[in-house]
Amino acid sequence: MSKNHSIVKNQSVTKLAVEKKSQDDKVIALAGNPNVGKSTVFNALTGLNQHTGNWPGKTVENAQGYYNYNNQNYVLVDLPGSYSLMARSAEEEVARDFICFGQPDAVIVVCDATCLMRNINLALQIIETGKRTILCVNLLDEAEQRQIKVDLDLLSERLGVPVVGTIARSNQGLNDLMESVQTTLQAPPPTNLIVYPDFVEKGIETLLPRIDSIVGNYLDARWVAARILDGDQNLFNSIEEYLDYELIEDPEIQRILKDYQFKLKDKQITQIELKDTMAKTFIQVASVLCHDVIEEPLIASDQRDRKLDKLFTSKLTGFPIMLIILLLIFWFTISGANVPSDLLAKVLFGFEDWLANAAISIGIPSLIIDLLIHGVFNVIAWVVSVMLPPMAIFFPLFTLLEDFGYLPRVAFNLDRFFQGCDACGKQALTMCMGFGCNAVGVTGSRIIDSPRERLIAIITNNFVPCNGRFPILISIISIFLVGSNSGFSKSFLGALILVLVIIFGVGMTLLVSKLLSKTVLKGIPSSFTLELPPYRKPQIGKVIVRSIFDRTLKVLGRAIIAAAPAGLIIWLLNNVQSGDTTLLYTITDFLNPFGKALGMDGVILVGFILGLPANEIVMPIIIMTYLARGGLLELEGAALGQLLIQNGWTLTTAISTLLFTLMHWPCSTTLLTIRKETQSWKWTIISFLVPSVAGIAITFLFNSLVRIFI
Amino acid sequence: MKRITLSKLKPGMKSVITGLLAKGGIRRRLQDLGFVEGSHVDCVGISPLGNPTAYRISGTVIALRSEDASQILIQEVDTDV
Repeated sequence: MSKNHSIVKNQSVTKLAVEKKSQDDKVIALAGNPNVGKSTVFNALTGLNQHTGNWPGKTVENAQGYYNYNNQNYVLVDLPGSYSLMARSAEEEVARDFICFGQPDAVIVVCDATCLMRNINLALQIIETGKRTILCVNLLDEAEQRQIKVDLDLLSERLGVPVVGTIARSNQGLNDLMESVQTTLQAPPPTNLIVYPDFVEKGIETLLPRIDSIVGNYLDARWVAARILDGDQNLFNSIEEYLDYELIEDPEIQRILKDYQFKLKDKQITQIELKDTMAKTFIQVASVLCHDVIEEPLIASDQRDRKLDKLFTSKLTGFPIMLIILLLIFWFTISGANVPSDLLAKVLFGFEDWLANAAISIGIPSLIIDLLIHGVFNVIAWVVSVMLPPMAIFFPLFTLLEDFGYLPRVAFNLDRFFQGCDACGKQALTMCMGFGCNAVGVTGSRIIDSPRERLIAIITNNFVPCNGRFPILISIISIFLVGSNSGFSKSFLGALILVLVIIFGVGMTLLVSKLLSKTVLKGIPSSFTLELPPYRKPQIGKVIVRSIFDRTLKVLGRAIIAAAPAGLIIWLLNNVQSGDTTLLYTITDFLNPFGKALGMDGVILVGFILGLPANEIVMPIIIMTYLARGGLLELEGAALGQLLIQNGWTLTTAISTLLFTLMHWPCSTTLLTIRKETQSWKWTIISFLVPSVAGIAITFLFNSLVRIFI
Repeated sequence: MKRITLSKLKPGMKSVITGLLAKGGIRRRLQDLGFVEGSHVDCVGISPLGNPTAYRISGTVIALRSEDASQILIQEVDTDV
């Protein structure tokens, strides 16, 4: 009956493999609660020496960095923030799985010195898994400001692992941290500190031999035994996934468990009491460990944060301030992007002419010049000049807000609406991420615990316009809706209209979330906890550097990669004859009736269809197609409006295109991300259809109304 | 001292947890965040639309919807220090 299924190593474990530069590299996992400055530690240790995958995926490869200390190379893996190894969200699963199955050589647990006790809970859980552990007590400066003192030496002595104090944002303590990592790797693994009450320990004891014989080579058997008593189904699933063995279904384990449960019944101990006892053990051990280690003032030291919270989340000021902040961000973006956009266009298009002339002079065939320079380069020039300036302003501003700690307050303020839609309040956070990039918003939905609510967040994320769509919205608004105002009032009015468009998008998010909750994703709202972390002074310099490198250039690079082939296709379509007209004409004429029904035209639809790889290229494609048809070659900044009007754009066209920009299919990157995150084509297709149908329906409705009333 | 649920605690009021009614995964999560018997928990603010509410627990602030807060039993504590 009890077959001896001993697991040494399974191939599926490579799912979590990290990219080592050489075989001798040591892999260090960076774990910790959310908002403890984990990423700051990561960035401070690895600098810009990070390996980032295209976009975050199910693996952890997106957050690897490298550093060298004393001639030893280290691969640092930045894990998502988690409160506990008892994972509740997909994000916490990633962290737990990497610590348990990713075979890190050691784990650095980053802790917030201002709320150390809660952080120690996670540290104790990680030490219990038997991994070599280093405690990094970060944010010592904030603790000092709040008159909180931590006796690091005493803590280290009691925990039996190195404890290093750091202020990562000013690079303090990092050397000690690296030194501790090095010494820890040579020392034996830490001794477990968690001793459960007798009746639990007895259960662990009886399970131990069997578990040890199965997974002992791979996981700490005592820890697994404890989790079996704890009934951590989520972990059992991962054990099956990574070790390819249904541990909990093992007949002998089942037999021991049944036996144990009988004994518990005799003692009148319920399953819930058993679990509670285990949870409490951690809290109690943490509390005993921290006794005399933490010295804090009697009165809560967070008065400044609570005052700011009053301002940002009170009935009277919460919503107005939220709108003002949104308005200011867009105002800065619109008014600041204008001049550099024009300048970039001039330089890049000038360069195009120069490049073409140079190519002619060295005898390159004109077909190739047309194809590569007037086709590919031209559309890239458009994308760069239209995209780069607003992104270079928007992303840093947004990152500042993020670093300050404002976004959780947005979720706090908006949660009531999401409750009304039977969705999760954290969806407000993923919505905010969507402003930057919908693919990021989709991945970010991992923070939502309930799979049902997570799917709602994923499917509706596209209703907030991403950064690639802002330029379209901004140009349409400033050409057709702001009118003849000039200067400040123009950009301010533009920002105001953009805010209204976004509010409409948020309204659609809520409406569709509600519809989904009532139909395909029926269910009741699940419980969730939302931390409101302390406000932190953003580090302006670092924010600018990071947001330019991590976000702006990445998004721009992706747009350019998508733009190049699109430029080629447009050029080819325009130069391939079909009957007595070009293929481009044939296609746009074919789509024209559909476009017209929605208040647009065939060219605009071609723009949206060819813009599938990236929304950034929708407007350039529309422009290029009009130009190709009209035979115009040059286009000055202000002439865009003229070009559109010449091609029959009216206020109705503008509003229809605006609505369709807000609501149409997600870009291909987002779709692929949705496929990756949901592991299902069905939900990917639904995510494609939902905003598309909404966009078609609403533009159609809008135009029908226009026809009736005007 | 009155025994009530956390959802009844008004801003500025302090309390001590006396028990948890929550079931399933959220029970353990609350415990991991410090919501265990004997812990101090204060109400620090309500969101503009009246729900959720923010609570101070083990040195941090956690917001809970009233449905979840009503699953935590507390005993009010005198506020005058």
